[in-house]
Amino acid sequence: MMLGQALRDQQRELTVFRARLMLAGLLILAGFGVLIARFTWLQVVQRDHFYTLAEANRISVVPVVPNRGLILDRNGQVLAANYSAYTLEVTPSKVADLDRAIDELDQVVEVSPRDRRRFKRLQEESKNFESLPIRTRLTEEEVARFAVNRYRFPGFEIKARLFRSYPQGEVASHAIGYIGRINEADVKRIEAANLTTNYKGTDHIGKLGIEGAYERELHGVTGSERVEIDAGGRAIRALSRSEPLSGNNLVVTLDLELQKVAEAAFQDYRGALVAMDPRTGEVLALVSKPGFDPNLFVDGIDPQNWDALNSSPARPLNNRALRGQYPPGSTIKPFMALAALEYRKRTPEFSISDPGFYSLPGMTHRYRDWKKEGHGVVNLHRSIVVSCDTYYYQLAVDLGIDAIHDYLARFGLGAKTGIDIEGELSGIAPSQAWKWNRFRQRWYTGDTVSIGIGQGYMLATPMQLAAMTATLANGGTPVHPRLLKAVQNAKTLEVTPVEGVRGEPVAIKPEHLELVRSAMVGVTSPGGTAVKAGLDAGYTIAGKTGTAQVIGMKQDQKYDASKLREEHRDHALFIAFAPAEDPRLAMALLVENGGSGSGTAAPIAREVFDFYLLGKRPRARQPLDPES
Amino acid sequence: MIGRAFELFSRRIDGPLMATLALTVALGAAVVYSASGGASVDRVAGQLRNLAVAFAALWVLAQIHPQLLMRLALPVYVGGLALLLGVAFFGELRNGARRWLSLGFITLQPSEIMKIAVPLMLAWYFHRQEQGARLRDFAIAAILLAIPVGLIARQPDLGTAILILASGFFVIFLAGLSWKVIAGLGVAGAASLPFLWGMLHDYQRQRVMTLLDPMEDPLGAGYHIIQSTIAIGSGGILGKGWLNGTQAQLDFLPERHTDFILAVFGEEFGLVGTAILVLLYVLLIGRGLMIAANASTVFARLTAGAITLTFFTYAFVNMGMVSGILPVVGVPLPMVSYGGTALLSILAGFGILMSISTHKQLVQS
Repeated sequence: MMLGQALRDQQRELTVFRARLMLAGLLILAGFGVLIARFTWLQVVQRDHFYTLAEANRISVVPVVPNRGLILDRNGQVLAANYSAYTLEVTPSKVADLDRAIDELDQVVEVSPRDRRRFKRLQEESKNFESLPIRTRLTEEEVARFAVNRYRFPGFEIKARLFRSYPQGEVASHAIGYIGRINEADVKRIEAANLTTNYKGTDHIGKLGIEGAYERELHGVTGSERVEIDAGGRAIRALSRSEPLSGNNLVVTLDLELQKVAEAAFQDYRGALVAMDPRTGEVLALVSKPGFDPNLFVDGIDPQNWDALNSSPARPLNNRALRGQYPPGSTIKPFMALAALEYRKRTPEFSISDPGFYSLPGMTHRYRDWKKEGHGVVNLHRSIVVSCDTYYYQLAVDLGIDAIHDYLARFGLGAKTGIDIEGELSGIAPSQAWKWNRFRQRWYTGDTVSIGIGQGYMLATPMQLAAMTATLANGGTPVHPRLLKAVQNAKTLEVTPVEGVRGEPVAIKPEHLELVRSAMVGVTSPGGTAVKAGLDAGYTIAGKTGTAQVIGMKQDQKYDASKLREEHRDHALFIAFAPAEDPRLAMALLVENGGSGSGTAAPIAREVFDFYLLGKRPRARQPLDPES
Repeated sequence: MIGRAFELFSRRIDGPLMATLALTVALGAAVVYSASGGASVDRVAGQLRNLAVAFAALWVLAQIHPQLLMRLALPVYVGGLALLLGVAFFGELRNGARRWLSLGFITLQPSEIMKIAVPLMLAWYFHRQEQGARLRDFAIAAILLAIPVGLIARQPDLGTAILILASGFFVIFLAGLSWKVIAGLGVAGAASLPFLWGMLHDYQRQRVMTLLDPMEDPLGAGYHIIQSTIAIGSGGILGKGWLNGTQAQLDFLPERHTDFILAVFGEEFGLVGTAILVLLYVLLIGRGLMIAANASTVFARLTAGAITLTFFTYAFVNMGMVSGILPVVGVPLPMVSYGGTALLSILAGFGILMSISTHKQLVQS
């Protein structure tokens, strides 16, 4: 009985067990069925989708950055070049404790405090996932040392890159400009120009000068390489490649040697000089002193240098030639004389007797001549030679401001010259309408008087003065100054010259022109204000000195440069062209706080002419004398 | 000589089971080789050593009579429990978990012992109830199961705890726990889900959330699952070929020679490969179920059934997690993933199955 019961229980237990085992087996089959369905979904239905994702994982399209075009002067001297060097770069987002990592790195590859400061600044300006240089120009030995220790520095990488270098340093820095790392504003401009693809992989962009203005020519076309990468982003092998197209080389109109002579002639003075070929508008020298070393900007300037450049009272980053707006002073007189002849307000013979001042009819206010005792009897020729202020006070009033404006505007005053680099300012050619628009005030005759000697509201940039002088030199055809002479295709090496644009000639009667020219030659001849500039030159210089006041003088005050603080001294100006009969070079220059045009400005012009026309370099240099 | 050796090695070995096992591990070794970059044989050599040890254990267990195994069940269980307690108090902390116990000369992971010890213990317990198991017996069995599972879950090692819980539950289920109680447990389990959710560690909750929406954090928690589904899916029907999986060979798959090896397999051998692997598992499980159905004692039946079902659980959980239908828990793909411990416990299980299969006749006679 008991045994039977036990057997029945056992039998029952076995039945239950087998039933449940069967059930489990069915569930297992169902489970595997679900898995097979899942695999079918992934591997058959969705296969293409996942295959695309897998390909996207492994294939990286790496941009191949083109070589930037070179910048050469008109004689083929290199102004901007490339060199390849190793940099050590880090992607901040890939490093947990960056400061510590850099400290450790310093044990392997020296990281100077300057490098750190520069890096900090870069970091602030860029996104975390960008690769930023912490050290540039590594030596072979440093590269090897890092390679051995590489495993200790995840996120750090050695890269071979092309760098920009400016072998001439400060020389012509304002004309050449520089490249710098692409910032957010640049990105916006690139996007606006639809060039995002072409700038993939490019870190630098032209910021100023030629580098900025001809960015498109210089940059070239970015190529690409399809690379198989692993999950760490390391390239395993190249799959295919389309070659980049190098940027074009640019030949600029500058003459490097002339530029050097002109810059040296300024000695320690601040100022600007623009010299151009009056027949073509090609700018042969463009000086803005002080300059700066563009090499500092290439891989991010460090804060110390940046502050020094930015806070210096000499404002080395300011391109005075294009952006300095100064009263033209007496350099405007030849143009005023032409206007008076053109409008028949003066004849060559008409003379005044200069008492040393001018007063408007019925007024007591005296507009003083620079020569207290006056110049005596002065006609048009002499008015330019001795730079008689009284003559031009009266002349300006007789012409009236709007006639002056209209005539000078034909020479380009008050408008940008259109020089082919950015940042140019337009100066001011004042008129009744201008004053109303600007100040909502009517024009007073009193405003006109000082316009006659290039003071008052009138402002001009050195570039404008140079262009006006060139127009005068070539007989009245406005020039369009430019810096680009030719473009050399990087691939075909074919050189395409840039055609200059010529403006509509300003109507100048030849006899008027001859009159003013001979007066300007008189300026550099015995009896003229710049006699020293023309002394024993061996060629004729037509010039005009100018002095622009920095601070106003009271009626009875006497200007005494030696008693004034340097920054309150007058600016010295000089415009000139030579040889006067067949001008090959026209220029305008300004020496900030230089005192008088004849003492500091004219000698600089002489050195530039001597070198350009005679190939003569200055021997022992005389110090420029602000008081002569 | 060779014949004698063969006779020795094949002694008490279940032929069909052994053949299927050999095929599966061979396939596994090939994939481990591929998952290791296909350049170094070091890891494959290591896996071959693991296989040698595991097959030795299989052979030894196959020689042991189920009767003896039954007698060993209680001491092994008690010893394992003692070691688990030791882990709780003196265990080594690694990666935030206390799973290892250093005995000076050897470092043990006692939860691995429990993978075998728990089903043996429960089978032994039900075997003793000659009158058939009553509700009280099931309750005691549940306590015997809950203690090690609780200790392991606390380490924390949720993956192992779930597998052991499953293996124990399989014994209880096969022993005939009434459907009413199972239904009751199911309802209670569902009701306590929110509570259990609260007990989970943050990273465990994260894994569940990741399963639901891997794209929420594609480079963090979702990375594993995204990359593994890409690998499997991109393999297509025929696969990219052995050693040619781009996801696998270019490091996009994390843990590709251990828990995520199925992704390598799926990428390189395609649907054909995954189907063959599933088929091999089905054959192994089918053979295991046959052995269980034909076993002669309650202990043997329950042990064989539980081992087989647990093996299925391993395979299902791993394949489900790698293909993105289950949350990521640390379960290797049985007999394919690199690693000695899991291989050892699985082949030990098959050793016991073989023992049950080949000693059956002796008991019946």
